[in-house]
Amino acid sequence: MAEIYVSGKFTGTIDNPVEFVQKLREERRKGLVPENINVAYDEDADEVHVEASRGRLRRPLIVVRSQKPMLTEEHVKQLEKREITWSDLVRQGVIEYLDAAEEDNALIAFFEHELTPRHTHLEITPLAIFGLITSLVPYANFNSAQKVNTGSKNQKQAMGLYSANYHIRMDMDVNVLHYPQTPVVRSVIHEISSYDKHPAGQNLVVAVLSYKGYNMEDAIIINKASIEAGLGRGTYYRPMVAEELRYSGGLVDEISIPNKDVKGYKSEKDYRYLEDDGIIYPEAKVREADVIIGKTSPPRFLSGMDQYRLASDTRRESSVTMKHGEEGIVDLILITENAEGNKLVQVKIRDERIPEVGDKFTSRHGQKGVIGLVVPYTDMPFTASGIVPDIIFSPHGIPSRMTMAHLIELLGGKVGALSGRYVDGTLFDSEPEEALRKELLSMGFRDNGVETMYNGETGERLPIRIFIGDMYYLRLKHMVANKLHSRARGPIQLLTRQPTEGRAKEGGLRLGEMEKDTFIAHGASLLLKERFDSDRTIVPVCESCGLIAIHDDYKKKDYCTVCGDSVEINYIEISYAFKLILDEFKSMCIYPKIQMKGKY
Amino acid sequence: MAVEDVIRKYEDRLPESIISELMELLPRKVSEAKAREIMERVEAEYRQMLAEPGESVGLVSAESIGEPGTQMTLNTFHFAGVAEMNITTGLPRIIEILDGRRKITTPMMAIYLKKPYSQGKDIKKIALYIRETKLADIASEVSLNLAESKIEVTVDNEKARERNLNEAKLLKSLKAANKNLIVDAKKGSILVFKTKSKDENTNGIYKMKEKIKQSYVRGIRGIKQVLPVKKDGEFMIITAGTNLKKVLSLPFVDETRTTTNDLFEIEEALGIEAARQALINEVYKVIENQGLNVDIRHLMLVADTICFNGKLKGITRYGVVREKASVLARASFETPIRHIVNASLTGEVDKLNSVVENVMLNQPVPLGTGLTRLVAKPKRQ
Repeated sequence: MAEIYVSGKFTGTIDNPVEFVQKLREERRKGLVPENINVAYDEDADEVHVEASRGRLRRPLIVVRSQKPMLTEEHVKQLEKREITWSDLVRQGVIEYLDAAEEDNALIAFFEHELTPRHTHLEITPLAIFGLITSLVPYANFNSAQKVNTGSKNQKQAMGLYSANYHIRMDMDVNVLHYPQTPVVRSVIHEISSYDKHPAGQNLVVAVLSYKGYNMEDAIIINKASIEAGLGRGTYYRPMVAEELRYSGGLVDEISIPNKDVKGYKSEKDYRYLEDDGIIYPEAKVREADVIIGKTSPPRFLSGMDQYRLASDTRRESSVTMKHGEEGIVDLILITENAEGNKLVQVKIRDERIPEVGDKFTSRHGQKGVIGLVVPYTDMPFTASGIVPDIIFSPHGIPSRMTMAHLIELLGGKVGALSGRYVDGTLFDSEPEEALRKELLSMGFRDNGVETMYNGETGERLPIRIFIGDMYYLRLKHMVANKLHSRARGPIQLLTRQPTEGRAKEGGLRLGEMEKDTFIAHGASLLLKERFDSDRTIVPVCESCGLIAIHDDYKKKDYCTVCGDSVEINYIEISYAFKLILDEFKSMCIYPKIQMKGKY
Repeated sequence: MAVEDVIRKYEDRLPESIISELMELLPRKVSEAKAREIMERVEAEYRQMLAEPGESVGLVSAESIGEPGTQMTLNTFHFAGVAEMNITTGLPRIIEILDGRRKITTPMMAIYLKKPYSQGKDIKKIALYIRETKLADIASEVSLNLAESKIEVTVDNEKARERNLNEAKLLKSLKAANKNLIVDAKKGSILVFKTKSKDENTNGIYKMKEKIKQSYVRGIRGIKQVLPVKKDGEFMIITAGTNLKKVLSLPFVDETRTTTNDLFEIEEALGIEAARQALINEVYKVIENQGLNVDIRHLMLVADTICFNGKLKGITRYGVVREKASVLARASFETPIRHIVNASLTGEVDKLNSVVENVMLNQPVPLGTGLTRLVAKPKRQ
């Protein structure tokens, strides 16, 4: 006797669950039961699960009856003639949607010729086991599963044409590729999703070759002439927002050029781009610390005396400025109102990003790498026919990762580029490698894609023929320009007096616990002290009670809050963090007494 | 002077192992002058290898064990070859050793046997003799009689015979194990257990049943499984579960080689020095197993830290770390508030003699270049 659960709730029992489940499915196909329920029989637990809840992932499959798929040639013809639609097929029980639980009860064939009497369903196309983005990986069925996954993840980070009206949109952190191309080696999904309307990469000539060690550890070598011709060139957009907020008491922010006696006034130079309305003008070239939108805010806390003062005296500066290390050109200015009726100003900054050493590129097979060297055109290796590669890709990335599709795409791209056609690389249904090889041979090339190449610097023939071809490369949004960071001195935290953390705050680079250990292991005691000097302070200590004393610089006098000024007070050098922990001890009613021995 | 004499002169300056190695390797026909030069060079080399004052040997040990340890993390549980038994190796094993856990996950013994037995004589009998038998192991049925508040256990005669048990023996040991119960035998190898007091509630009977099932019949307590194996042309017994003290007292056991992986049992039976050596062996075995290369001296230092107190102390806040002299050092490890509060209650003084405290205060650590101090005090004017 099996238990029945409807949407996870126990509802009753049944004696012959297999028959019951079968019957329910038949009725669903007939339309007697809603199409969007799923039934599954869990044999081990002896439970029937009827699911009608929302949020289940379901996928369509062709129903198979006695080794024959329900979908016939007739249906396909009718579909082509637009006499029936997809939902008609679902209604007729030709196609049904399964969820994960019901899928466990089904036996699904990949291809029609594989059908046996035990099969219950047929895949509409084998491609359907992958998602939209993964289907954009050509020849993905030749790759290791892990690399198909990373390959599809990488595509989400690619620079491209994400929207046709990007120039009037105010999206955060957006990259647009200047000269995107549609891939030569493609899958049907590229056509279905009209990929050529929003492409995200370029077809490049790639040579699989080492180059003076500059492409070790997954780095790539890039041709300088290609960059100058527009390879991977893009623009980075970032909007800056300012809003005239309303505060209690009728106080408002004001977007204008701040008055000189406003609290926190920067320097006149920082406001130089602002026009009379307090907003920067278009096409201004701005650098870090430049004010984009001038704004002042009312004081945070109103004290009794403030109401007698002039308004401009108490207002504080709250302009929107370029952050540390940022630069660009003002692209678009938008002045409007938000939902609350406050004045809203948005300024979009644009920055052209030309590929440089450290920028990240990838093929569609998870073969990502950063530029290791930009080589002048004259120094690049070239083939016998004079072809100079755009990118030199290291062969060492292939064996351990087993991305066969990367190599097949390179070959396919070569065939496509030479014959001027697209190559079909749809998963499980692609042009076979042998056919590509044959075609390449017929065009007068070696069938394995290798070519004789010459050293660009010396002109000598390379001792080995090099695998060279065309493939689709993506430029990823991770660029050094957004990540490069260093600091010698800079801002500190208020509480601990230690350097701030993170690039955005111009922070320090942490010398961590394990790094500290290496100093100790070397016995470099004094160097270690120097490294941890960032919050070094000199504090007065009362010799009598051992607490931190007070130094009054105005009266040039030291005194202890406990023992008065008739005690001996000496100075010690400690980290501010330690002074802080002593204070915390005191707040816990613990008396931390500093006992001092003579200085050395 | 003969070569031997030259070497012997260095006996107080070089360790024994180097002296004996030289004795073995140096050709006898070397001239005296040459022998002297060789010895001088050996001594210089030896001195250079010594740790210098102020070198942080502990930290170097920690790094030398810790770094290969990071490569170990991935392959944790490992099924060691010998049939049916799986043994904790890899990182979990090292952690349980260094933490000084009293209950280890897979206690095991390697029992070596004396001469005729090590050749295979009575090996199966010995193995069965060692193995602990509980009533549940030989019972085929356990039934409750709630009305008369008694429990009846049917003994599987086959299994009992296998373990060399007859009814009298069985009854005797069961009586010893269940002193608060009346134990009797009925026909058809049925044992009857009754409470001395007449009325017992149902719950009590159930509890009693579980207790009876676990009552000790024979063998050595704690030895859950035995496995006689032939290793290097000799029979030995590997067991799951350990009881070193009892096993060592058996007449046929070779007490010089028999060992367990439970360090606390070794400490109890053989003393702290044996435990120290066992600790080194156990950790080294794991590291070697993983194909890593760690100098044994690092392990020796760790073992010494754990054992120097005369008792095994894990490297935890309850063990080694509690012994640290500095409050701040203890507080910087785990549970800082408790340490600080306790220190304030007893008015502890931190002399700032060690590393962590000085890092906290941003003072030079007393190591390496920070160790040296000016001894003479300049006179104040």
